[in-house]
Amino acid sequence: MPTRGFALPSLAALLSCMAFLAAVAGGAPASQAATLEEALQGLAAKSYKERAVGVEVLAATGHPRAIPILEAMAKGQLFVRKADGSIVIGDKTGKVYALTDAVDGTAVGDAKKKELKKVKVNNRLRGVIRTALGGLTLLSSDPRQREQAAAAVFAARDAGALETVEQAIAREEDAGLLDQLTLAKAAIESNPEFQRDIRLAAVARLSDSALPEVRSLLASLSHEDEADAEVRAAAAAALEAVERDLAFWNLLGAIFQGLSLGSVLLLAAVGLAITFGVMGVINMAHGELVMLGAYTTFVVQDIFRDLAPGSLDYSLAVAVPAAFLVAGAAGVAIERGVIRWLYGRPFETLLATWGLSLILQQLVRTVFGPTNREVSSPSWLSGAFETATGLVLPYNRVAIIVFSLLVVGAIALVLRRTALGLYMRAVTQNRSMASSMGIRTGWVDAATFGLGAGIAGVAGVALSQIDNVSPNLGQAYIVDSFMVVVFGGVGNLWGTLVGAMSLGVINKFLEPFAGAVLAKILVLVAIILFIQKRPRGLFALKGRAVES
Amino acid sequence: MVRNQRYVVFAGLLAASTALSGAAQADTIKVGVLHSLSGTMAISETTLKDTMLMLIEEQNSKGGLLGKMLEPVVVDPASNWPLFAEKARELIEQHEVAVIFGNWTSVSRKSVLPVIEELNGLLFYPVQYEGEESSRNVFYTGAAPNQQAIPAVDYLLSEDGGGAERIVLLGTDYVYPRTTNKILRAYLNGKGIADEDILENYTPFGHADWQTIVADVKKFASEGKQTAVVSTINGDANVPFYKELANQGIMAEDIPVVAFSVGEEELAGLDTEPLVGHLAAWNYFMSVETDENEAFIEKWHGFIGDEDRVTNDPMEAHYIGFNMWVQAVQQAGTVEVDAVRQAMYGQTFKNLTGGIAVMNTNHHLSKPVLIGEIQSDGQFETVWETEGVVKGDAWSDFIPESAKLTADWTFPWVCGNCEAPKFEAIVDM
Repeated sequence: MPTRGFALPSLAALLSCMAFLAAVAGGAPASQAATLEEALQGLAAKSYKERAVGVEVLAATGHPRAIPILEAMAKGQLFVRKADGSIVIGDKTGKVYALTDAVDGTAVGDAKKKELKKVKVNNRLRGVIRTALGGLTLLSSDPRQREQAAAAVFAARDAGALETVEQAIAREEDAGLLDQLTLAKAAIESNPEFQRDIRLAAVARLSDSALPEVRSLLASLSHEDEADAEVRAAAAAALEAVERDLAFWNLLGAIFQGLSLGSVLLLAAVGLAITFGVMGVINMAHGELVMLGAYTTFVVQDIFRDLAPGSLDYSLAVAVPAAFLVAGAAGVAIERGVIRWLYGRPFETLLATWGLSLILQQLVRTVFGPTNREVSSPSWLSGAFETATGLVLPYNRVAIIVFSLLVVGAIALVLRRTALGLYMRAVTQNRSMASSMGIRTGWVDAATFGLGAGIAGVAGVALSQIDNVSPNLGQAYIVDSFMVVVFGGVGNLWGTLVGAMSLGVINKFLEPFAGAVLAKILVLVAIILFIQKRPRGLFALKGRAVES
Repeated sequence: MVRNQRYVVFAGLLAASTALSGAAQADTIKVGVLHSLSGTMAISETTLKDTMLMLIEEQNSKGGLLGKMLEPVVVDPASNWPLFAEKARELIEQHEVAVIFGNWTSVSRKSVLPVIEELNGLLFYPVQYEGEESSRNVFYTGAAPNQQAIPAVDYLLSEDGGGAERIVLLGTDYVYPRTTNKILRAYLNGKGIADEDILENYTPFGHADWQTIVADVKKFASEGKQTAVVSTINGDANVPFYKELANQGIMAEDIPVVAFSVGEEELAGLDTEPLVGHLAAWNYFMSVETDENEAFIEKWHGFIGDEDRVTNDPMEAHYIGFNMWVQAVQQAGTVEVDAVRQAMYGQTFKNLTGGIAVMNTNHHLSKPVLIGEIQSDGQFETVWETEGVVKGDAWSDFIPESAKLTADWTFPWVCGNCEAPKFEAIVDM
């Protein structure tokens, strides 16, 4: 394939090529090394188009160095050294780049950014590199690489890769990977250049896998552009079957998304279920307590970065109790300082706590700055569990669902099984009686409010994984939190759980039809109507305590 | 007792402040800074306030302007749109500022507009916006749609940009995204992309749960055509949106997302590793290597005292706008609004990214357009740029009713939205 990128290798390149030959001294055959050198120059060509050709040429050499070179290029780590025009792989460590020679992989010193010219890649080029790497790594010993390669081959559907795919199928032992490889083979064989019966068999194989990518491929095969009527008809039938399967998995996906949204609502609301639900305090600063929790996570991570960068992945384990203590302490301070003077005066409480929320926001803005703070996700929370049917369950969402249930469980235990829980219930049900029994009601009030605030802080740790860590974080959740608690039934933990989850699922089912804005409005209207009918929410508390 | 004391202190403060402003009035030129320092928009606007303070400080170190020192008057409209109008009035009537630099959201600009026109003030607006406006009293230093949205879509449709055949338009539900998407839909239709290949979706401000929408985009893309996303999602909602893209494994090679409201500052709170290759269209990127930009970044780091702070497009817009205003005042020899406005036309200043910006008579700048891909270090790398500068259009050519309108504040037009020059008839007589 002649290209402009093939222009005569520069003197410098020739020199380094000779150096390379001398270094390996009879290792690789001379012709292959020369081809690698030429292909490398193609990578540094001027336009993206020429560079794309260079990538293909490099991949075609089949040289073992092609894989690390292409991987570096895709990551933007391939550079031209301005001094001698040689192509190097640069790994940034601090302010300098540690250079490796692209041809032989030996270290060739450090360089500053100014001494290097980056080999720029764009999306299109990254796609070409991915395809090229797919062909090269299909026979790799690393199953993860083989998996990515199979996906790349599937996406590219390049007939040239068929032979390698067949080799890979013959030696593959993992059933899941074998499945992906045969799928990639079918994708290639569905191309018009194959004979009709091969194509029909390929379509039949495709229809077994209900994946969005397969749907996309079948959709184009059943399009009127397809010349072969028989293939078109088969593809249309297969498309219908795949769509039926996909619809089922989409439904499961929507339920998962609903539960996930529900778990976020639950986390945000569960602290409020204590302060508002159990104590009856309208705490407008609840969202800011959540925000304090998120910022605590940021501070904890910052400390980890300074002191123990290796164990950053475990910072969340420290952040959870830390956020509980910070937000809890803030809660106790708010209760002792403001709210206790306002018991029985809901409107004053509302205004006072709303003012507090503004103060807290501006305080955080002054201390941490108005911009978002980056809270990193630990590696065990990034990524997703993907089923063979295209259902994506991100680990962090799954973790938040589990975490929210654990938090609710823990609170239920505290309320039912501990002395504090007993005091809390006694004080809220009959304050004067509890006081006569020797319970220090003021102390119990502070502890209860602190517990609710602490839980809000813990929610902040979880929310920092999916939302902005900014001074405004809390505002987004305050209305939703009240909505959940009121809908579920004030003073009832079980109601909060069911309320949050059902609101989440309802919202997610409305969203595809109504759009995000209207879905939110519809949910609000529905709740208003529901409260008209059942003023005490889903699970109303019964008894004399409620009446008073 | 306590209350009385409070009044005394208050009165004292009031007296002191009037005395101060009275003393200051004589030998300074006041520059109003109207950016939210609290509330939802503080995240973006506080930086612009700091930029203005830096620019004013620098000008003062050069000896000020017309022999006087510049004095910044900073007010906080608190992300509250009606308050913007009140604060603008306060700046002009009470503080008698010569010029105002401010606003971010279009809704806040629309709120200020009647006040600034009534009082014949001068506003420099530094943010990319939806166009369809040209006020006699506003200079628009951010990008108009033809300087951002249209080139970005052209890039997505081109071979280098991936050759998209289907477009998803995602936006926050307010005036800027809706108008921009109206223009884009008309433009895409003209490019042969039918309505069934365009998916439009709006979300509330601060939308945090993007699971369904991202899943919908994935589904839309799996219907057999190359798909790209154009995002006019604004503010806080971006972080959860990008996190969800990464979560659901949407790679830029497959479904690129080009954003008009996401710059270096917005990426600062994000791990950009999984977002490499998603795009943004701006007139400025921090990564562009020119001497001017290097000097600007160094000055910014020195002023703010933090090497990690980034620079972004609206900061450059203020930089250009402020310097043009300074030049215009020097040429006019006065800060009087009508004189300065006349001196603004044809004013030039060097862009930080190379080339020269020009202020046109429609109150919009001519600037270069850059398209960049997100890198793993949170910066953008320019993958495409216009050959020269592009002149900002106040009225879009792609909306039939707007295409007829002309904005030109010089004779004989003297109008921001006219189909014919205002003074032609008089000239003929």
